[in-house]
Amino acid sequence: MERIPILKMGDYLLITIQVDMHDKLALTLQNDLTEQIVTHKSKGILIDISALEIVDSFIGRMLGIIASMSRLLDAETVVVGMQPAVAITLVELGLSMKGIRTALNVEKGMTVLQNSLREERQDGDSSRQF
Amino acid sequence: MASIRSKLADIFDNREQEIAQSWLERQAAGTRRLSPAEQHEINRQSREFLSAIKGAMQQDGAANIAGPAWAPVREFLSNFSASRAKAGFTPTETASFIFSLKQPVFDALRQELGQDANALAAETWRATELLDALGLLTAESFQKSREDMISRQQAELLELSTPVVQLWDGILALPLIGTLDSSRTQVVMQNLLDAIVKTRSDFAIIDITGVPVVDTLVAQHLLKTVAAARLMGAECLISGIRPQIAQTIIHLGVDLAGVVTKATLADAFAIAMRRIGYTVVRDQKTKIAVER
Repeated sequence: MERIPILKMGDYLLITIQVDMHDKLALTLQNDLTEQIVTHKSKGILIDISALEIVDSFIGRMLGIIASMSRLLDAETVVVGMQPAVAITLVELGLSMKGIRTALNVEKGMTVLQNSLREERQDGDSSRQF
Repeated sequence: MASIRSKLADIFDNREQEIAQSWLERQAAGTRRLSPAEQHEINRQSREFLSAIKGAMQQDGAANIAGPAWAPVREFLSNFSASRAKAGFTPTETASFIFSLKQPVFDALRQELGQDANALAAETWRATELLDALGLLTAESFQKSREDMISRQQAELLELSTPVVQLWDGILALPLIGTLDSSRTQVVMQNLLDAIVKTRSDFAIIDITGVPVVDTLVAQHLLKTVAAARLMGAECLISGIRPQIAQTIIHLGVDLAGVVTKATLADAFAIAMRRIGYTVVRDQKTKIAVER
């Protein structure tokens, strides 16, 4: 069965979507991802959609749902490399994906994840002191 | 039928000088005062037109102006209308170029066929039909060249009015000038997003100093652009909100929360610099030089 690979890199999970997403694939990804987060105790998810040229409302919503689920499992999600045409489509569809963090490319996306993880750890440290 | 048909052509052949003379006088009387250069141009155009029409008549006496024989005449008229439209002539002035030819042609017909009332009526009708068709063609091409001009200007305006400038490494500015409608927003959004990808910028400052009116629709367009840029991973700041516009936005109940807004482009630029991690420090020596 066709699957989207999920790569583990330290505290993070990397997902690069290289094929056109169809609904079934998105649902499989959602299942796989939630399981992987729990297995690896991941702190950050990076989804690269720079190769994605067509996004419909379902896929757009799935990205939002994946982000919310990951947050429940204590992992931050960053969506990187969205094409301009895709961004315009999503806005026109009324999906501004308020809860998702975004970045221009993988590099900047990793920086975002690292920053948020560091902030979290600092918060954790300071709370432990009290 | 063949003999009647050739009559009009004969008249144009035999009495060309006479018709031209009378026609030019009519044109001069009909329009505003023209400069010698303009007068010369009209003389040239009139003679060119008459010789074109004469040539067409000889090939195809029937007044079928859509036919191949009349192609030179059609081409002349469309060029003529286009040049007049550009020169700022009114539609009436342009159309009367053709219609003022009626009287001289009718005069010539009367002199030629004065005795034969039937032939005169038939030829007059034929001439009227021909000249009306040519007149309509003129008006149509005049209109068309004006419309072409307008649509070209619109396209140019669209391109000119949406520049994206890079203020700093990672900071773009988009100074908007003029009214924002749906089609312009589309172009603006597209340009901005493309520039964000190209320059890998983290910040985009949309400056609306040059936007005269901000209503709910414009605000919605702005929010859409901001949301699209955010989806791509760039943050948008809105600057250049004039006091009047701030009042309008609040009275309309537009929710710009979630978007950083600043009064001037400089303020927005300073914020963007700070977030990226740059600090601006003034050199003491230069400061003294400036104050002097």
